Amino acid sequence: MVGGSTRLSAQTKSKQAPVAKTKAVSAAVLANGKKVYTKYCLACHMADGGGVQNMNPPLIKTSYVLGNATKLIKVILNGMSEGVEIDGETYTNIMPPHGFLTDQEVADVLTYVRSSFGNKAPAIKVAEVKAARTTKK
Amino acid sequence: MKRKFLWPALLLSGAFLTLYAFKSISVLPTPDPDNAGLVLPQGFGALKVAETGAKPRHIVVTPQGTIYVKLARVKDNKGIMVLQENKDGKAQVTGGFGDYPGTGIYMKDGYLYTSSNTEVFRYKLSDKNEVIDPTKPEKIVTGLKMGRQHETKSLVLDNDGNVYVNIGVNSNSCQEQDRGLRSAGIPGCPLLDSMAGIWQFKKDKLNQSYGQGIRYASGLRNVVGLDWNQQNNQLFVMQHGRDNLNSSWPELYNEKESAELPAECLYALKKGDNAGWPFMYYDGVQNKKIVAPEYGGDKKKEADAKYLDPAVAFPAHMAPNGLLFYTGNMFPEKYKNGAFIAFHGSWNRAPEPQKGFFVVFQPFKDGKPVGKWEIFADNFAGSPEKAASGRVDHRPCGLAQGSDGSLYVTDDSKGTIYRIVYNKK
Repeated sequence: MVGGSTRLSAQTKSKQAPVAKTKAVSAAVLANGKKVYTKYCLACHMADGGGVQNMNPPLIKTSYVLGNATKLIKVILNGMSEGVEIDGETYTNIMPPHGFLTDQEVADVLTYVRSSFGNKAPAIKVAEVKAARTTKK
Repeated sequence: MKRKFLWPALLLSGAFLTLYAFKSISVLPTPDPDNAGLVLPQGFGALKVAETGAKPRHIVVTPQGTIYVKLARVKDNKGIMVLQENKDGKAQVTGGFGDYPGTGIYMKDGYLYTSSNTEVFRYKLSDKNEVIDPTKPEKIVTGLKMGRQHETKSLVLDNDGNVYVNIGVNSNSCQEQDRGLRSAGIPGCPLLDSMAGIWQFKKDKLNQSYGQGIRYASGLRNVVGLDWNQQNNQLFVMQHGRDNLNSSWPELYNEKESAELPAECLYALKKGDNAGWPFMYYDGVQNKKIVAPEYGGDKKKEADAKYLDPAVAFPAHMAPNGLLFYTGNMFPEKYKNGAFIAFHGSWNRAPEPQKGFFVVFQPFKDGKPVGKWEIFADNFAGSPEKAASGRVDHRPCGLAQGSDGSLYVTDDSKGTIYRIVYNKK
């Protein structure tokens, strides 16, 4: 996936951070993403993204967070109700669907997660979220 | 007897009698210099009995110093770990058996009872309380429902040949969408017919399932810590209360209210009791049974009076994983027949500080709680900051009483087994 030029469609009007080797994310996106995270995600995944042993998966450098963008978006949209293994561990709690979030909120919160907790992965764009909503499960 | 032999003979027999008397007095092990990192009341000490390198849940300690712990996950394909104590109180792993995960383990009348997440087994014990044949348990219960969450089957026996098994429900509050935003409760919550309660079976019949058992008590979301009160011959359970009041009902509950509701409840049970899940929760601030938001509650509406009131209401979300009525003679008199409760520690209090990670004591008299509970063994977390963040060193889970009246505590996070002793000095 190409980072630089495709970022523009997901961003707000705020100034872009200087682009170095790793592509920085705008402060506004991070702030909005953190707001969404605090309201909808923190209760289970915790302020440090570490989750809860045996119950709620961590969001720290897992294959889900760092991997395929569409798969990750679908976790937000559809929740997770099957006992999938995440990097060798299983977690018993169900994640409910969060499709009620706007495309912008989904993009921003995933970008926030992918830029936090030690994660470094490309931002998620609104267009990707829109597309993910229409594809089959 | 010749005179020159008299005194040596008297001394020898005196010594022999003295040593013989000491044989039945157990020697207290020396606590660790830092009391294993725990904070205890005056006169108490603690030592780390073993580091199991596994996830010990509930625990049995025999008079011979054999320790059986049920492991949450199998280790080297064994779900029950066996240890043997030395004179200094430390124990070595001597073996293991049972290829299933689970929590429940209990010793009664020559048998060791254990459970996986769907079945209950028992192993015959020798007169030294060793499992005679670990490869041939009797399967006494089978086919118990398990879903995701609340799947473990804690158990305890009474004095009349019955075993009581927790069947937790695979739901937080019986919503149409589990833990979903503003998701309503399923009308009548049909899950109650086979989960969310305590089921009673016979201790000695093979292959019992729902058809052969009795739903002894209902409306209990998940019970991990439970015990039989020998003083008044009654079953007591600790319920894990529901989560997600704020995340599911943000218009009704803010984060602080969600962190402090509902109470973790101790219930004194009789056959046929209904503790009210999912239709109500216990508000430990108002001290009222309140209708759950899933079923039309508004934080204030009181629930039907038919639902059980708790014997004691504890702070929310602390996760009671062990319950033990103390019957020993080592601890001071006030502890006799009272209840120790191991609180595993919360997660659903975030973003408020987490709470728990300690063992509390609730005094009892004649089978009823009397007076306020107090924290008994603290600092499993490692520090107040660690406790507040929930990122803790140890998490207390199971409780057992040694034959000398010591209190054993398991930690299923790092795998430590602790022993707490009282030194009268």
